[in-house]
Amino acid sequence: MQRLMIWDVIIIGGGHAGCEAAAASARFGARTLLLTHKVETIGEMSCNPAIGGLGKGHLVREIDALDGLMGRMADKAGIQFRMLNRSKGAAVRGPRSQIDRKLYREAMQAELAATPNLTITAEAVEDLVVEAGKVVGVVGGTGKVYRASGVVLTTGTFLKGVIHRGEERIPAGRVGDAPAIGLADRLYASGLKMGRLKTGTPARLDGSTIAWDRLEMQAADDEPVPFSFLTDRIEVRQIACGITYTTPATHAIIAERLTESAVYGGRATGVGPRYCPSIEDKVVRFADKTSHQIFLEPEGLDDDTVYPNGISTSVSAETQGLFLRTIPGLENVVVRRYGYAIEYDYVDPRELYPTLETKRLPGLYLAGQINGTTGYEEAGAQGLVAGLNAARAAAGAEPAAFARDEAYIGVLIDDLVTRGVTEPYRMFTSRAEFRLLLRADNADQRLTAKGVALGVVGPVRAAAFAAKAAALAAARAEAATLTLTPQEAAKHGLPVKADGHRRNAMELLAYPTISFEDLTVVWPQLAAWAPAVREQVEIDASYAGYLDRQLADVTAFRRDEDLRLPAELDYAAIGGLSNEVRQKLSAVRPLTLGQAARIEGVTPGALTALLAHVRRRAA
Amino acid sequence: MTDTIFAPATAAGRAAVAVVRLSGPGTKAAVRALAGRVPAARRAAVRRLKGATGGEIDEAVVLWFPGPASYTGEDAAEFHVHGGEAVVAALTGALSSLGLRLAEPGEFTRRAFENGKLDLAQAEGVADLIDAETEAQRRQALEQLGGRLSGVQARWRDALTSALALFEAAVDFPDEEVPADVASRARPILEALIAELDSAAQGAERGARVREGYRIALLGAPNAGKSTLLNALAKRDAAIVAATPGTTRDIIEVPLVLGGYKVILADTAGLRATNDEIEAEGVRRAEAWAAAADLRIWLVDGQGDPQPDVPAAIRVGDLVLTTKRDLGEGHDGLPGEPFTARSPNDVAWLERTLTHSVIEALSGAEPPAATRLRHRDLLAEASDRLRHALSQDESLELAAEDVRLAARALDRITGRIDPEQVLGRIFSTFCIGK
Repeated sequence: MQRLMIWDVIIIGGGHAGCEAAAASARFGARTLLLTHKVETIGEMSCNPAIGGLGKGHLVREIDALDGLMGRMADKAGIQFRMLNRSKGAAVRGPRSQIDRKLYREAMQAELAATPNLTITAEAVEDLVVEAGKVVGVVGGTGKVYRASGVVLTTGTFLKGVIHRGEERIPAGRVGDAPAIGLADRLYASGLKMGRLKTGTPARLDGSTIAWDRLEMQAADDEPVPFSFLTDRIEVRQIACGITYTTPATHAIIAERLTESAVYGGRATGVGPRYCPSIEDKVVRFADKTSHQIFLEPEGLDDDTVYPNGISTSVSAETQGLFLRTIPGLENVVVRRYGYAIEYDYVDPRELYPTLETKRLPGLYLAGQINGTTGYEEAGAQGLVAGLNAARAAAGAEPAAFARDEAYIGVLIDDLVTRGVTEPYRMFTSRAEFRLLLRADNADQRLTAKGVALGVVGPVRAAAFAAKAAALAAARAEAATLTLTPQEAAKHGLPVKADGHRRNAMELLAYPTISFEDLTVVWPQLAAWAPAVREQVEIDASYAGYLDRQLADVTAFRRDEDLRLPAELDYAAIGGLSNEVRQKLSAVRPLTLGQAARIEGVTPGALTALLAHVRRRAA
Repeated sequence: MTDTIFAPATAAGRAAVAVVRLSGPGTKAAVRALAGRVPAARRAAVRRLKGATGGEIDEAVVLWFPGPASYTGEDAAEFHVHGGEAVVAALTGALSSLGLRLAEPGEFTRRAFENGKLDLAQAEGVADLIDAETEAQRRQALEQLGGRLSGVQARWRDALTSALALFEAAVDFPDEEVPADVASRARPILEALIAELDSAAQGAERGARVREGYRIALLGAPNAGKSTLLNALAKRDAAIVAATPGTTRDIIEVPLVLGGYKVILADTAGLRATNDEIEAEGVRRAEAWAAAADLRIWLVDGQGDPQPDVPAAIRVGDLVLTTKRDLGEGHDGLPGEPFTARSPNDVAWLERTLTHSVIEALSGAEPPAATRLRHRDLLAEASDRLRHALSQDESLELAAEDVRLAARALDRITGRIDPEQVLGRIFSTFCIGK
């Protein structure tokens, strides 16, 4: 008789969502099984070879602060670290790096293999096991049944995925991967609302056929700043990326052969991302521009494949070959793999609770592209939340929730489950209303202690964080005791208003004209602060006035977030709501008044009516 | 569950017709109970209304407005009955016994606001229209109800969204094909907007004056003839006139309509030093009222002291009258226009002069969009925030924060700003996607 193995949590899929989900579940202590049809593609970067950026880099730091993997793996595989917006304020600096795909994949596979509580099995998943309306396991491709308290599905673009290239239509996930039909049928049959999206990828080029010597190059930062709070320094060799441009000749070829493209030929109906348009879109929508920038990004130190960022396309292979050769430096380029567009179904994320558990199929969690997002970082963040919540549910613990005022992860999940998506969702800093508080530099201070309490942070990071937090607290306390009168400040050449008020070191630092170096002249003991501590104190001081205001906003935000709406609320019975608002509220079933307010089309008046109704019920 | 409300929509008392309105989920059942059949939507129908005991109430025109296409957005109805007090009492009594509730003041409009039929500025317009006494107030309120302020506010918000999109494009897309000077393109937008907001804030003062009345203070020494003038302008004995100096102690406000504008004319205690505690308080109040007045009329007694102390408080733009012209020529060298309230010609001249002042002060090229001090304060706050944004040379994230705070102030006039709109603006303007 076959021994029936019972798991706490099963993760399906070994992409970026799946890896974080598996690791988070295992860190929590849940017996975790990762099922993927190919172990060797775990941690694969299937699109552009880069991690981070504005908003995205913030997500990586937050994943890291919760002891997730992406930041540490990227630090082992990053080959061109750049801090974006280095010259701008700390709140809008975003760490980013080109990644050696092989190094990343290897690091991730090694990390997962060494993760306690985690078992990895190469097996396709054919179906879910549903008992009494609850998902309690999966059926493997071999017919074997795996039972678990919770299942996290992170299968990317497998739902009705179709690849378009010129006239070709290939049903597929990524190129070379077969879509899982049985599992998809199960999801469709469950009544989950679906939508259709599209994304694209450019051709991959043979780097040895690119005329690099004629191209503008963009170097890495001199001092690469790591993603992870646990990484002291980057050891990987850093390289440069090339920059080139499309030409009027490129645009002419594309314009002439526009109907080959999936969208312009009328063969694709899915909505593509506005921030990542195909070169066809750029030529049509910005017809007055005669040139578009292309970054030539090497995919690895010992891999001369190049990812030409900026020219994703779905025209035919022949046309791709033609237009590529009109681009300076690519006149003799050899294409390794042609670009394509992929259309796929996604599950409307309003089908999910903020834990990422589906409302219709309790026990089933969804994370990553299947929820309508794009990007490794967005996927990883969801994976962590889904894996952690599945593990906590298996242990009977309270759900782990992240709010908009504490993390980009909170912004991401709230946007998804409250507003749904209309295009592949990508994070931007402008999505975060508390942007000045949610910085990449303070992700650990925002989240690591919470992560420890949630059981998702391991002992090594917990200890490192405790040490840093203690040093910071000591530094802040010390800064508060160091004070100057305006006259004393003037003696040191520090211009402050002569109003008789003593100012402490933090207050002085808040002046744009006063630097930390100025203060070390006054108080030499400040020079002994660790660089990380000093940086934090400087940043806090520079935002002082604005942070107070944002904290006041946070209080108002919390008031609405703390007002919980009963789960069984019957919106049809609340008078004073238009049918449209009623439908929207019923579709999302917001958990709090604050969440209700963020649903598109819910008017301030409707909120008043909702509030009045809830108060009357409570009375 | 929201209850169903009713209220007479017409004023109490005898009239040809009285209208009683209903709104809420129980409206249809109530109409059916009283009128038998429910008329077709939005079609007038004559029905005999019967109470719960079967007794006939009246023959009425009944209108049925199924939600959301109604004033409140809920199911609503109107009964047009004969305008006798007993008829209305019988009908409202029958509605009460059906379990409907008499509406609170303003509750129909509040429900319209809560259901998104009106925004806050429009709801204010409804209140102003009901309160309108003058032509100018009516026009102004109608414009606000019609969405004029909401429309202007939407245009300002649109400009803010554009400015914010420029800042955010520079912040969120540093590696993209966004021009290097993108943030500086926000400057002319914000500068133009600041000018508009400041002018609108000034307009709001004007609008508030149209709503609340243009304030004219009558000032002068005791017994200069202020109360006589007040009565002449009011065309009734609003103030007690006596030869005894210091007769008027509190402020007597009389509403007038001049040139279609509401004017509040105030008779004040004569200004003099006094030991009388009550009169002294009257003088203090007179000075306070005068300070806030839009126009001050100083009266100087033409028959009094040949060298009167011309009040130091007279300012440019104040009107000075030398009174009691009918009692004699008066002394040479007195300030002001010779005048007597006993001459209809003089009073008519003064009315024309005042009307001219009111029109000059309150009628702009177009009526102000903002009409309340609440609007003025929010506009001023937004304008201050934008000035601050322009002073942030380096820190784009702080400039963006200031613009967001300005948007929030404007939103408090009507609605809200959405990050998705900002991103939409960026993607339609710049080619993002490296």
